[in-house]
Amino acid sequence: MSTASVPLPNWITYGVLPLLNLLLAFFISGLVVWSIGENPFQALRLLIEGALGRGEAIGFTLFYTTSFIFTGLSVAVAFHAGLFNIGSEGQAYVGGLGAALVALALDHYVPWYVTMPFAVIGAALFGAGWAFIPAWLQAKRGSHVVITTIMFNFIAAALMVYLLVNVFIVPGKMAPETRTFLPGGQLPKLDWLMALFGMKLGPAPFNVSFIIALVMCFLVWLLIWRSKLGYEMRTLGISPSAAVYAGIPYSRTVIIAMLISGGLAGMMALNPVMGASARLQVEFVAGAGFVGIAVSLMGRSHPLGIIFSALLFGILYQGGADLSFEMPNITREMIVVIQGLVILFAGALEYMLRPAMVRIYQQFAGQKSGGK
Amino acid sequence: MRPNRIPNLPRIRKERLRLTPHPAIELAGIDKSFGAVHANKNINLTVAKGSIHGIIGENGAGKSTLMSILYGFYQADRGEIRIDGKPVTIRDSQTAISSGIGMVHQHFMLVENFTVLENVMLGAEGGQLLAKGVAGARKELKRLETEYGLDVDPDAVIEELPVGKQQRVEILKALYRGAEILILDEPTGVLTPAEADHLFRILKVLRDQGKTILLITHKLREIMAITDEVSVMRRGEMVATRKTAETTVEELAELMVGRRVLLRVEKGEAQPGKVLLSVKNLTVKDSRGVTMVDDVSFDVREGEILGIAGVAGNGQSELLEAIAGIRKPTSGEILIDGQPVAGLDPARLRQIGLAHIPEDRHHMGLVLKFEEYENSVLGYHREPRYGRGALLDLDAIRKDAEEKIAKYDIRPPNPRLKTANFSGGNQQKIVVAREIERDPKMLIIGQPTRGVDIGAIEFIHRRIVEMRDAQKAVLLVSVELDEIRSLSDRIIVMFAGKVVGEKTPDAGEQALGLMMAGIAA
Ligand SMILES: Nc1ncnc2c1ncn2[C@@H]1O[C@H](COP(=O)(O)OP(=O)(O)OP(=O)(O)O)[C@@H](O)[C@H]1O
Ligand SMILES: [Mg+2]
Repeated sequence: MSTASVPLPNWITYGVLPLLNLLLAFFISGLVVWSIGENPFQALRLLIEGALGRGEAIGFTLFYTTSFIFTGLSVAVAFHAGLFNIGSEGQAYVGGLGAALVALALDHYVPWYVTMPFAVIGAALFGAGWAFIPAWLQAKRGSHVVITTIMFNFIAAALMVYLLVNVFIVPGKMAPETRTFLPGGQLPKLDWLMALFGMKLGPAPFNVSFIIALVMCFLVWLLIWRSKLGYEMRTLGISPSAAVYAGIPYSRTVIIAMLISGGLAGMMALNPVMGASARLQVEFVAGAGFVGIAVSLMGRSHPLGIIFSALLFGILYQGGADLSFEMPNITREMIVVIQGLVILFAGALEYMLRPAMVRIYQQFAGQKSGGK
Repeated sequence: MRPNRIPNLPRIRKERLRLTPHPAIELAGIDKSFGAVHANKNINLTVAKGSIHGIIGENGAGKSTLMSILYGFYQADRGEIRIDGKPVTIRDSQTAISSGIGMVHQHFMLVENFTVLENVMLGAEGGQLLAKGVAGARKELKRLETEYGLDVDPDAVIEELPVGKQQRVEILKALYRGAEILILDEPTGVLTPAEADHLFRILKVLRDQGKTILLITHKLREIMAITDEVSVMRRGEMVATRKTAETTVEELAELMVGRRVLLRVEKGEAQPGKVLLSVKNLTVKDSRGVTMVDDVSFDVREGEILGIAGVAGNGQSELLEAIAGIRKPTSGEILIDGQPVAGLDPARLRQIGLAHIPEDRHHMGLVLKFEEYENSVLGYHREPRYGRGALLDLDAIRKDAEEKIAKYDIRPPNPRLKTANFSGGNQQKIVVAREIERDPKMLIIGQPTRGVDIGAIEFIHRRIVEMRDAQKAVLLVSVELDEIRSLSDRIIVMFAGKVVGEKTPDAGEQALGLMMAGIAA
């Protein structure tokens, strides 16, 4: 408590501290790996090689990163307005419907770059739409958005399965999925970008939605720190009573923040649906919505931080999959444990090392000014 | 960990106290910087045992920082602290407590729904089993209460106690932990005059029993009434120490500010024009349905200051909030320029020309986590001069903030500093600057100078009078009777939600005091 208000320079808060937390997480993970009889250094090497070793590995890592950026931004935007949107998972799922409808409607007629803007809008609209009812209930009825968004995740899952099994399924096929989109409904891969760095993408699904994600990072930054709406969202998020005093309308701000949050989650669907599998499948979100919570937490709800933490989780996902393949002792569950440790240390326990750091810093800074 | 020993500590200390001739506190060469802000510069201070030592100084002079160092909240960059002649390193509040230093925080650190006894024991429960600790604590509490005349019921729940009593619980907490030295940082800001008197009686008893007291306040009258010695800080330095008996209010004011200060407001005759704000039969209930404002009616004219006097908690806060659009009135009318405005939201009211300096700057007037410039437009951020379209024009906002900082002498003059890191008085100036510089038609003000130093009070009072002279309507609520009397052109008194009477400012303090207590009308 006594050190909480002592200011630390940014390079410590945003550089040294997260790095130390990460090292700690890896250290404990190492102990876990060691305790089941594997060599932790070997495991780390495999993980990093699996994520960054070849062009293809990097392609997969960045593919996951793209999804996590979208969902991380989604959680962050709501968080700035003081809302905890646990529903990015469901919003992304429904967003997939929006993207798929656009792709199915246009892929026969126009090239991908014409389809893309409509698909972005479609995905965002459907994602936002799915966030609207929880947002409205929070704004007008005071039903807590955490609870309603969780419930809407379940409803989204049921709804999508129903639609895929009963409506979109291709007659005569068993798999609950839409038909495959033609190239006009697909987002092309970024081979050329990889080629710039002299690498081959291979079959990895790294695609144009990565660039859309980066653009969204910029737009979210603009929204939160440069726009009037963002100012109002932050005021409401930090101090609801000051927001009342300032005449910032509660309901409107809550609803808009949730719609933007849901829209960003919805856009996540572009990546797997139009960039990778070229069709809408069940459970394509695969937990990315929940990872978004960790990504946002670790990235301090700042787009730049979100890019870095999304990359970290991308590495853990891709490298982890490779690792469990190479070291059968390390199962998928084990990888989840390691990811959990990273979330725990980098997100939830972010302040654990702070007091010690403050003490070290003060001693160091004190000596410096004492020597002058 | 330590708790078992705590009840015995005070007595042990008292023995030692008689044997040692050392001063209770010696600070030597204390230095502290926050980045570019040099908050404490080479501070030397000696406080005699068994005395009440006042510390005064302008907003941002470094008083709270110095006390925070003594209490282990901050670490000094340099310098030495000696308690009873022995050098100590105070790393955190734990070490401060075990060195016999207790602090009464301005924002109380009490668990609202615990009883007095539970709060006092908290963190010093004494062993694993609660029952034994409770019995011991109850006994010790009784002893402390009778010894020092702190009358509080140990079984009362905190949230049901008035502020004055909550503060006494804070004092009890410190004493229970064996405090020999008690630090009070602006303790009377939230108290009614009667509560403040009671506090001072307690402090005197404590002193007579050999405790040492450090008192920070902006009210020179309090310094004169109760301290033995007083030290003056200016811009991070300790510039003077005087025996209270040998100094005057005027000298202290000059030492603080570095120039002569007008201790009375200078103002000419009011030239009231037409009625601008009119409140008719207004009734306001709080969230529990209790009537806080009961059928209140009054008018405020252009070019006059209407003061509302009253003991805190008699409906003034709710009245202001209703006028400002923050709280919906249950019934009655509010008219601005003849137009009904009850129920409009604060943003709309600002457009109409109503500016509001709220009572509670920490919860309403400011977002403490924002940088200063962000707060300098709070509520006005949608105006085109701060950015056309959807985006904010940060350059314009910062320039605007810098102008206000210069004009209102807000220190440090840095619009990029986090608002929480400004001293209390400077935070208040940020709010005052924002609301007055907007050039509204009408200004409603709650406690304009709470926690503000005398130089700044003079300044803020002058701005308020200037607003009046520019034919604005001003509605002023303050629990400081002096402030009400010296600023207002007319005074109404509120008691239990009702207006109990109207007086002119030359009405005696006595008469107003009686009305405020609900005794005479
Ligand atoms: N944590 C902090 N970070 C940066 N600056 C700080 C911090 N705390 C205090 N300061 C600065 O140090 C200076 C001294 O502040 P301090 O709170 O000690 O003043 P004060 O004398 O108590 O004033 P007031 O009478 O207004 O309460 C101020 O300029 C303030 O802005
Ligand atoms: Mg202070």
